[in-house]
Amino acid sequence: MADQQIDRRPWILLSPALLFITALVVIPMAFILVYSFYENVDLAVDVPAFQFGNWQELLTDGYYHTAIWKTLRLSVIVTVLAALMGYIPAYVIAMTTYRHKWLLLLLLIIPFWISFIIRTLSWIHIFGNQGALNGLLGWLGLIEAPLQLMYTEFTVIVGFIHVFLPYMILNVYVSLEGIDRNLEPAARTLGATPWQAFREVTLPLSLPGLAAGCLLVFVLTGGSYVTPLILGGPGDFLFGNLVYDAIVTELNWPMGATLSFALLLLLGSVVILYSRFMGMNQLSKAFGR
Amino acid sequence: MRVWSLLKIYTLLVYGFMFAPIAVVLLLAFNSSQFGGFPIEGFSLRWFHELAENDAIIRALRTSLLLGALTALIATTLGILAAMALVRYNFRGKNWITTFLISPVLVPETVLAVGLLIFLRWLHMPRSFLLLLIGHSIIALPFVVLVVQARLIGIRKDYEEAARSLGASPLQTFFEITLPLLMPAVFAGALFAFTISFDNITATIFWRPSGMETVPTQIFGMLRNSVSPEINALGFVMICITVGLPLLAGAMARYFSRKKV
Repeated sequence: MADQQIDRRPWILLSPALLFITALVVIPMAFILVYSFYENVDLAVDVPAFQFGNWQELLTDGYYHTAIWKTLRLSVIVTVLAALMGYIPAYVIAMTTYRHKWLLLLLLIIPFWISFIIRTLSWIHIFGNQGALNGLLGWLGLIEAPLQLMYTEFTVIVGFIHVFLPYMILNVYVSLEGIDRNLEPAARTLGATPWQAFREVTLPLSLPGLAAGCLLVFVLTGGSYVTPLILGGPGDFLFGNLVYDAIVTELNWPMGATLSFALLLLLGSVVILYSRFMGMNQLSKAFGR
Repeated sequence: MRVWSLLKIYTLLVYGFMFAPIAVVLLLAFNSSQFGGFPIEGFSLRWFHELAENDAIIRALRTSLLLGALTALIATTLGILAAMALVRYNFRGKNWITTFLISPVLVPETVLAVGLLIFLRWLHMPRSFLLLLIGHSIIALPFVVLVVQARLIGIRKDYEEAARSLGASPLQTFFEITLPLLMPAVFAGALFAFTISFDNITATIFWRPSGMETVPTQIFGMLRNSVSPEINALGFVMICITVGLPLLAGAMARYFSRKKV
């Protein structure tokens, strides 16, 4: 049979997807880099050049440094809070003997199906002047005028956690689910307290899932710009907002390209650091469900 | 055990956190008040009527549905072929190829959007529906590959081999055996791709030609300081489409598979 030679069939099946990704992701990434050396002369007018003006601006202007700092800070806050909020539910779902466990899992998937923008703006109904919280406090007579809760860093953080929490819970759940059920009882028989058994056995074994969840939440938060536009005030911007401003508002394409490439380097280095330690397998596990 | 009950209560609270705001949107869609927020003044379908008469929103809905359907077609076709290769064949560099196929997920969407936009600008192609379509397809592709791959692993190769040994041609085998067995995976992948496209805003804002709106960008444009009651009604409709459809499909799949046995 022809199979004796190198089997070409998988490559035929793969080629459309590989070509698609090469043409629409890999090559455009290279173009961003090339474009970052171009020069912007007027609104939406740029000339091909090889100069470092855009990069110099990025490296010397304090405004951009503030944005980088804000982005890293907010991403870390969101990631840590999502991990703290998400671990316990993942643990409960993995360990429960509840008959309708599938329902709990389905409820974790459903948020992925609900429009991101609807989920984000729904917080205006909670924290806004006409929101549920102010309505409740007013009804109880605790406040006279509505509290100004919206359009702050707090609401941006809540919005991000709300949208990204299912990623965290699913990833942790997948790794908890894979742990041998006999290990914790074994530790108990050997004299460990329930807390010790958890801390010494279950927690370390679930770290790959936790790390995968943290990576996803960190990278997704760091690359966003829409949530701060909807839930944040004027001072709540991320690095992605600068890209949005440069391309959509100022029509300064070379600067937009420079900022995009910087964002790619920033978040890409986090991904590379992660894959160095963890490999990429854990990430695909949660999505495959 | 007391600790366990505390953990369960905590879990319920987290679920409450995830769903309470969404429930509020669904509830407020039926509020007769002029404003999008509280208090609730009475039950009314008024905002759904207004929605049905809002041309801009209907146009956006049409664009989104078409875009989602075509994205599902492209991403699912490419994704199934790739997933078949990954599951059914062993070849050198498979791990590397898998990582490459899911790599678009790891690129921040903002960067992906700017990259494609600049590349097409260099080719002198302005923003268009086509850009939205290929862009959405590339965003959905990795997810389709992962979902379909997970489903494919569960399908045994024996049936195909049996068909071949009974004299079916490879093409016949694919259409008579593989594809019917594959249908749930096709369906799951297509639905996922549709939802991803229907929901996308981050990249869509960069890619859409001026004057063209999808539902999310339309909502984004309507959000100025307050949420209008129409947005709540639209949210209700969107949730019915993106949650109702998959649930219905899942229930139907279960019903039919039971019938067959």
